[in-house]
Amino acid sequence: MDKVAIVGCTQTKYEADKIDQTYSELVFEVVKKLHNDLGINNDDIGCVITSSNDFNDGRTIANMAIQDAVGSVRKAESRVSGDGAFAFMYGAMRIFSESYDTVMVVSHCKCSEVNQYLVNNTIFDPYYQRHLGLDQVSSAGLMANMYMNKYNVTEEQAARVVVKNRKNALNNPYAHLQEEITIKKVLDSKMMAYPLKELDFPPFSDGAVAMLLAKEDVAKKMTENPIWFKGYGNCTDAYYLGNRNMTDLIGLELAAKEAYRMAGVNNPVDDLDVCEVSENFSIHELMIYEALGLCDKGEGGTFIEGGETEMNGSVPVNPSGGVLSSNPTMANGLIRVAEIVLQLQGKADKRQIPNAKTGLAYGMNGICSQGNCVLIFGGE
Amino acid sequence: MKMTKHDVAVVGIGQTKFRSKRRDVNIPEMIYEAVKMALDDAQLEPKDIDALVIGNMDHFEGINFSELMCGIEAAPGYLKPVVKVATGGTTGSSLAICGYHHVASGIYDNVLVIGWEKLNEGGATTGIITAFDPVWERPSLAGALGPLALMAGMYSAKYGITAEQAAKVTVKNRSNAANNPFAHLQMPNITIDYVMSSQMISYPLRLHDCCPQSEGACALIYANEKETKKITDNPAWFHAVETAHYYTFGTDDKMYDLPTATFASKKAYKKAGIKNPVKDLDVAEIYEPTSWSELSWTEALGFCKPGEGGKLLDEGITQMSGEFPINPSGGVLSTNPIGATALVRVAEAATQVMGRGEKRQVPDVEKALAMGFGGSLWTEILILGKEPMR
Repeated sequence: MDKVAIVGCTQTKYEADKIDQTYSELVFEVVKKLHNDLGINNDDIGCVITSSNDFNDGRTIANMAIQDAVGSVRKAESRVSGDGAFAFMYGAMRIFSESYDTVMVVSHCKCSEVNQYLVNNTIFDPYYQRHLGLDQVSSAGLMANMYMNKYNVTEEQAARVVVKNRKNALNNPYAHLQEEITIKKVLDSKMMAYPLKELDFPPFSDGAVAMLLAKEDVAKKMTENPIWFKGYGNCTDAYYLGNRNMTDLIGLELAAKEAYRMAGVNNPVDDLDVCEVSENFSIHELMIYEALGLCDKGEGGTFIEGGETEMNGSVPVNPSGGVLSSNPTMANGLIRVAEIVLQLQGKADKRQIPNAKTGLAYGMNGICSQGNCVLIFGGE
Repeated sequence: MKMTKHDVAVVGIGQTKFRSKRRDVNIPEMIYEAVKMALDDAQLEPKDIDALVIGNMDHFEGINFSELMCGIEAAPGYLKPVVKVATGGTTGSSLAICGYHHVASGIYDNVLVIGWEKLNEGGATTGIITAFDPVWERPSLAGALGPLALMAGMYSAKYGITAEQAAKVTVKNRSNAANNPFAHLQMPNITIDYVMSSQMISYPLRLHDCCPQSEGACALIYANEKETKKITDNPAWFHAVETAHYYTFGTDDKMYDLPTATFASKKAYKKAGIKNPVKDLDVAEIYEPTSWSELSWTEALGFCKPGEGGKLLDEGITQMSGEFPINPSGGVLSTNPIGATALVRVAEAATQVMGRGEKRQVPDVEKALAMGFGGSLWTEILILGKEPMR
């Protein structure tokens, strides 16, 4: 059976409030750009997989609104309700199953149109926990507090993640927040949920991302520079926070192990040239380092202090600026994939990691890394 | 990574008894009933399941990322892959198709596919109204019944289909439902008069021309060739899975027919080697949200010529005793747990292929068709058979 490659990807600029564009106009922008970039038209696309979320869009069957924009007239479209990384995987499956030669994967989100705290509160079960008012901020506070206590990680170390990602975002023309900040500024920002402060959290952004997947022979015809899909792991942690080990991201750890096994990654720091991860708060990125095996458990803080994940470090993480700089929630996972593709194609301009050959993208669903999708890509 | 394409079969089936209210269970408890039944049917343990595909419509119960709750609390999703697919009325068939690609791609050896809905804990119509464009559609033509009434009206005006012919569909399906232990509305003695004298809802749809809203869940287990051999000698193999969409705005189309059903079924027939669906297929489980739609859909699916849906019914071909029974389970007019409805079609088609339909079994089924309908008038078609395709 054939291999699967990504032949091209497009993104919008991420912004706080794209009031001049509807969801479908955002999607149309990236789809049209993809057609133009690759010199293809709608007939070259076998089927479409979209990722969106009804709560974020304020619409039931949110994919109904973007049928015209994705060109799924007389064509198959299906929608993964959740993060775009999972939609990528469904798209790849449709090629592996020999059902389609090419699949377009699209993800969009307009955080500006809904209250994200309410949207995230509805993730908690309606019977016992929702009434407590839990959301992505309060649950992140619980997790950060437990993790920092167990491993003696400091608020300064957490702030370094924000400083790094915001600095990286200056090099990414698509990034939403492009402003360099200092550790002091992060530490002095408003307390949100102890020990996390306002700048430990990402902004809310609007934006869309699209990419075209193709089977081996078609991919080689479409581009000189196909990026090959090498490994995949997907693992779901417990639902109730009380049933989870809140100090380690167990689900991500298992998903990464599976993806590494498939891709033949033995030592992630040596074998991976670049990572793009969905870090939903500063401490989260440190926990992600550990779960991905970039460093030992509890070492996330010293790992970033050593500069290992900086642009010039041994394993750069989030050269794009990550979620802490641009956060159109449902699209985050697919943006990670798109950024890895740019890195491996050598098209990442000012944020390019020299000689990047193998990259990892991590997408997440739910609260505090409950649903985890790890994808590994290579240029050859 | 390189993968090998696999054949995929349904090896385990679970359905709850569908009712208008399940006050005795909460959402995970209700789903667990179907999951346990499917696991028992395939004689698998929770640990044997490789991956889960699960879905419902978020707004109906008001739970965001419902798969993260239900996949873990009601099914063996802990430390496993869980993916949610939600596409409106087609949710069940989209789940069924997503599950197919999970196994056909060679990524997983088996998959547990779950569709569910517990509509009395939320509001279906409130949810459906928000599916429509807030500026152009919501004030004029939103919800489920408005557009379906428009379609029924256009269809009857175009082809002269009568309210009596439509009522006959309800009578057929709800009497079939009496033979299906899982069906919600079981009405063995229902008459045409009873349907035609029921309350007018939205012309020409009367109360009994419309599907109910039901609570319940459906779970299916699929496996590849190797695992299927270990589990059962009586599986139902997938021959084709197809989806077709059309315009964003339903009213951009003519509304008196269902073009997506024609696009999707033609592709599926080609893949499954079906030349004459009425002869080559033995039974169909189609997604008829109203009595009128069953007549119109039978035309779109190529079971008869355009405008002859009423004649096909009048000739008795689609009755249980006919040459080509449609909806032996009672169909959507009898049971409609939205996120599970189209998956129930696949479950019932597989049941027929396996010959396990008991009182609702059609004799000697080799091939069966299942259909999903929803969104902005889009269609999904799945064809199942007794033998693998190749």
